[in-house]
Amino acid sequence: MKITVADVEYAARLARLELTSGEKELFAGQIGAILGYVEKLKELDTEGIVPTSHAVPMENSFREDVVQPSIGVKNALANAPESEGSFFAVPKVIE
Amino acid sequence: MKYQPVIGLEVHVQLLTDTKIFCGCSTKFGAEPNSQTCPVCLGLPGALPVLNKKVVEFAIKAGLSTNCSITPRSIFARKNYFYPDLPKGYQISQFEDPICQWGWLDIKVDGEESKRIRITRIHMEEDAGKLVHGELSGRNDGSGVDLNRACTPLLEVVSEPDLRSSDEAVSYLKQLHQIVTWLGICDGNMEEGSFRCDANVSVMPVGSDTLGTRAEIKNVNSFKFVKQAIEYEIQRQIDLIEDGGKVVQETRLFDPNSGKTRSMRSKEEAHDYRYFPDPDLVPLVISEQWVERSRQGLPELPEQRQQRFMTELELPLYDAEVLTASRALADYFEAGVAAGGNAKTVGNWIMGEITRALNDSGTAIESCPVSPVQLAELLKLIDNGTISGKIAKTVFDEMWRSGKAPLAVVEEQGLLQVSDTGAIELIIDEIMAANAGQVEEYRGGKEKVFGFFVGQVMKASKGKANPAVVNELLLNKLKG
Amino acid sequence: MNIFDMTIHELHTELKNKRISSVEATTAMLERIRSVEPQVGSFITVTPDQALAAAAVADERIAQGDCHLFTGIPLAIKDIFLTEGVLTTCGSRILDNFIPPYSATSWEKLRDRGAVLLGKLNQDEFAMGSSNESSAFGVTRNPWNTAHIPGGSSGGSAAAVAASEAIATLGTDTGGSIRQPASHCGCVGLKPTYGRVSRYGVIAYASSLDQVGPLTRDVADCASMLEAIAGHDPKDSTSVDAAVPDYTASLKNGVKGLKIGLPKEYFITGLDPDVQSAMDAAIETYRRLGAEFVDISLPHTDYAVATYYLIATAEASSNLARYDGVRFGHRAEADGLLDMYTRSRSEGFGVEVKRRIMLGTYALSSGYYDAYYVKAQKVRTLIMNDFIKAFADVDVMLTPVAPTPAFKIGEKVNDPLQMYLSDIFTIPVNLAGTCAMSLPAGFSASGLPIGLQLIGKPFGEETLLRAGYAFEQATEWHTRKATI
Repeated sequence: MKITVADVEYAARLARLELTSGEKELFAGQIGAILGYVEKLKELDTEGIVPTSHAVPMENSFREDVVQPSIGVKNALANAPESEGSFFAVPKVIE
Repeated sequence: MKYQPVIGLEVHVQLLTDTKIFCGCSTKFGAEPNSQTCPVCLGLPGALPVLNKKVVEFAIKAGLSTNCSITPRSIFARKNYFYPDLPKGYQISQFEDPICQWGWLDIKVDGEESKRIRITRIHMEEDAGKLVHGELSGRNDGSGVDLNRACTPLLEVVSEPDLRSSDEAVSYLKQLHQIVTWLGICDGNMEEGSFRCDANVSVMPVGSDTLGTRAEIKNVNSFKFVKQAIEYEIQRQIDLIEDGGKVVQETRLFDPNSGKTRSMRSKEEAHDYRYFPDPDLVPLVISEQWVERSRQGLPELPEQRQQRFMTELELPLYDAEVLTASRALADYFEAGVAAGGNAKTVGNWIMGEITRALNDSGTAIESCPVSPVQLAELLKLIDNGTISGKIAKTVFDEMWRSGKAPLAVVEEQGLLQVSDTGAIELIIDEIMAANAGQVEEYRGGKEKVFGFFVGQVMKASKGKANPAVVNELLLNKLKG
Repeated sequence: MNIFDMTIHELHTELKNKRISSVEATTAMLERIRSVEPQVGSFITVTPDQALAAAAVADERIAQGDCHLFTGIPLAIKDIFLTEGVLTTCGSRILDNFIPPYSATSWEKLRDRGAVLLGKLNQDEFAMGSSNESSAFGVTRNPWNTAHIPGGSSGGSAAAVAASEAIATLGTDTGGSIRQPASHCGCVGLKPTYGRVSRYGVIAYASSLDQVGPLTRDVADCASMLEAIAGHDPKDSTSVDAAVPDYTASLKNGVKGLKIGLPKEYFITGLDPDVQSAMDAAIETYRRLGAEFVDISLPHTDYAVATYYLIATAEASSNLARYDGVRFGHRAEADGLLDMYTRSRSEGFGVEVKRRIMLGTYALSSGYYDAYYVKAQKVRTLIMNDFIKAFADVDVMLTPVAPTPAFKIGEKVNDPLQMYLSDIFTIPVNLAGTCAMSLPAGFSASGLPIGLQLIGKPFGEETLLRAGYAFEQATEWHTRKATI
C-alpha cells in the first residue's frame, strides 16, 4: 500500500502532529507496510455482517438527573499549564 | 434574472436539565468560570461519560411534538476536531442513527397558505465550553477557556432546505421556540444562548431545481437578527453572482451592528470529522412502550390548545393565539374558566388589565399576584351587579397590590354597586335640579348632553351607581 | 521466608496473626525496591512516605480486629491508573507533571480494603507496545535475564511481581498487555471479560478493548484480587451490572471432565521449540488431572492482528486528542494556538504513539472509514462468532501466550509490523471481549519463563481460575523465583 509523504502530512495535520521530514519518510514507509498488511481483510466476505461496536452486548446505561458535587475551580485548574483567574489561558483564538 | 432563496435551519436547543448530559455537574447559568466542572466535562485522562436519562426523555418529547419518528436503536458518535473549548478533542454527538427523524412543522406566514417544513433529524449532543478573548480574560494577547458550559445537553434540530424567505424562517423558528418552551425542555432565552440558530442560505434561479452553493450563518441569537442576517445574505449572494462571482461554501457570522454577514477567519481546511460510534457509550434502545408513555405524558401542544379554545370555548382566532403564547398563560386562562368565568371575558381581562399590569411591573404570568380563581370571582361580582365594570378595574388594581380577594376589597373600600332605583332617582333629581339649562338643551333635541348627565350621576355616586339603571332612569326622567 | 516473596494470602495470615505489621512489610518492600530497582527499573514513581502512612493506618485497623485480605498488603499499580495526588504519567512525557484530582475506581476498591500503594509502575507509553521499550521513563528489564524485555505494555507490573518488588500488581490488557508480560516474567496475569472491571480512571488507549486485571504470584491471589476489583461502576457506562461471584470458592474443584479446546490455528509450525514442549507438557498434565481435549478451530485467527491494529489505533487516535496542552500536561513554547497544539503533542508523544495515532487517524479519515474501520469491525464480528461457536463444545481453551519467550531488548524496535505480529495469540481474546489468563508453564533452555494461556467464556472467570489452579498445584513452575 503506497502511502506518500502528502498522505502523512494530511493525517499529521488532522492529528496536530509536527513531523520532521525524516519522520515523514519513515512513517510513510512503515504505515504503508502496515496498511499493506491490513489489506488482507479484503479477502473476507463481510456482506451482511453487522459491525461490532461493543464486545459485550450492552444497552441503556443511564444516570439520573441529580446534581453531584463538582471538583471546584482549584482542582480544575490544578494542572493547568497556564491560567488567568478562573480561566484556562491559551494563546489568542481568532474567530 | 430572478433568484429564489433556499434556506435550511439548524437550531441548537439547550435543555433544561439540572445536570449536564454526561456528568453530574450543575447546568446553572452564570457561575464562576470552571466552578461547575469534573473530570468528565474537563476531559481529564481516564474520565468516562454516562448518559443523563432526562436528556433522552426531553429528546423524545421534542421528537413527538414535531411529528418525528423515534429511532428504536440510536448511537452516539464522536465528532473529532481540535479547539480549546472542546476538552476531549472530540464532541459526543449523534451521526448515523439520531434519536429522532423525519418530522415536520406546518408554518403560516401572513397572507399565505400553510406550508410544511420538513425536519430531517433531531439529535442529542454535548455543548462546548466558552472562550473569552482579549481584555475579558485579563490578557490582551490571549484567550480564556471556561468549561462550565462544556457537556451541557443540546438538541440539534435540523430542517430540510424547505424555507424560501426570511419570514418563513422566522415563522418556523418561532413555532419551534414555542414548542420547546411549552414542553418545558428549554427556557428559550436566546440572549443567554439557550436557543441558537444557524442558517444555511443559498440562492437559485427561479424555475431551476439545482441548488446553489450555500453559506452557513452561525449562532444568530434573536428572531430579528435572523431575519436581517438572512435578508442580507440573500442579497449579498445575488449581488455576487450578478457581478460574475461565485458563492463560496463557508461559515459566516452576522454582525448586528452593521447588519452584515462576514466570513469567519478560515477554519483551516474543510473539516474531516472522522465520525465513528463512541465506544465509551452503549446503544440507546427505546421501546415502543417508552415512546407511548412519553406520548401520554405530553402536554396539549400550542396548536391543539389553540384549536380547542376556538372550538370548545368559542374564542376567536386572535384571542386563541394570544392566550396560547405560553403554556403558563394558557393554563392561567383555563383555570380562570374552570373557576366559573366566562371564556371571552376572562380572555379579555387577561389580554387587557392583567397583561398591562404584568408588563408595567415586569412580572411574568407565573408570578401573577392575582390568581385565576380570584379573577373569576371578580368577574362574578360584575356579572351579578355587585360592582360595576368601571369599579371592577379599581378593585383589580387593589387586588394586585394587596393580594386580597375581590369581595374583601369591595367591602373594605365600600365599592358596592348601587342599584337601588330610589337612591339613584334621588341623585338624578338633584343633578337635574342643579342643571336646568342642560335639561332644556336635551329636551330641545341635543342628545349629546345625555352623556353629561351620566357623568354627573356617576361622579355624585362615586362611580358606584349601576350604569344600566342610571341610563334607564335618566332616560325616563329627562324625557319628561 | 522473605516478606517480599510472600503471596497476598501468606502475608495476610502473618498480618492477621500479628506476626508482622504492615509497616514492617511495607518497609521490607521499599528496601527490596531500593535494592533491585537499578537492575529492573519496574517503577516510574515510588511513594515511600504515603506507603508508610497507609501502612500505619492499616496497622491501626488490624489492631482493632479489622483485618481483611487486603488490609495492609503492599501493592503497586501500572502508571495508567489515576491516583489522586500522585504523579500519573502513563509512561509518557506529555503527562510528566500530571497530578490527578481523582483515583481510578479499581484502585479505590483495593485502597478502601486497606491496600498500601508502593508506587506507580513503568509501562509502554499509553499502553502501546509489547516490550516496555517505548516508555519515556526508561526501559524495564526482565528479572529473569536483564538483557531481555519483560514484555508489555504492563512490563513494570509483571517485572515487579517477578522481582518481588510488590506482593501483587494491577495492569491493563488491550491486546495482551497483561498476559504477555506475565508469561515473559513467570507470573499469573488475568484479563477479565470486557465490562467486568471498571475502566473509570484508567487512561484510555482503545476503549472497546481495554480491561483492568491483576498480576500475581499465584492463582489464589489472582482470584482474590479479581474479586476485589470486579463489579459494576455507575461511572463507567460499559461496566456490566452483574453480580461478582466468590472466585475462590470453586478454585479447588479440580478439572475432571473439563473440556479443553485446542484451536489448531494457535499451534502453528514454527512455534519456538521451547514453547512447543511447554505446551505439550501442559496438555499431558491436564490429561492426568482428568481433563478432556477437543480439537477446535477459530478460522479467522489469521485476521485478528490486522483487525486489532485498525480498531485500536482508530480509537486511540481519538482518545489521545485530549492531550493538547490546554488544561493539563506538557505545553510547549509556541507562537499561537495551532503551534501550541502541534508542538506540545509532538514533543510530548513518543514515536510509537505518533505512529499509532497516524494510523488510526488514517483509518477513520474521509474516504477510508468504510474500507478500514468499518471493515475491521465486521471482521471483529466474525472473530467473536468463532469463539461463540467453539465455546458450544468446550469449557476453556488452551493456547500459547507468545510465539517465543522474551526477546532481547532492542531486538525488534525497528520493525513495528514484526512486533505487532507477535501479539497473534493474545489479541483475538480482546476482540472477542472474553476472559483469559496466563500462567507459568515452564522455562526456555536459557531460563526464560514460558506461560500458557487459558481462554474462558465471557464471564467464565470461575472456570478459568479453577482450571489454572489445578494446573498450578500439579506443577512447580510458580514456586521458582528469579534470582535478582
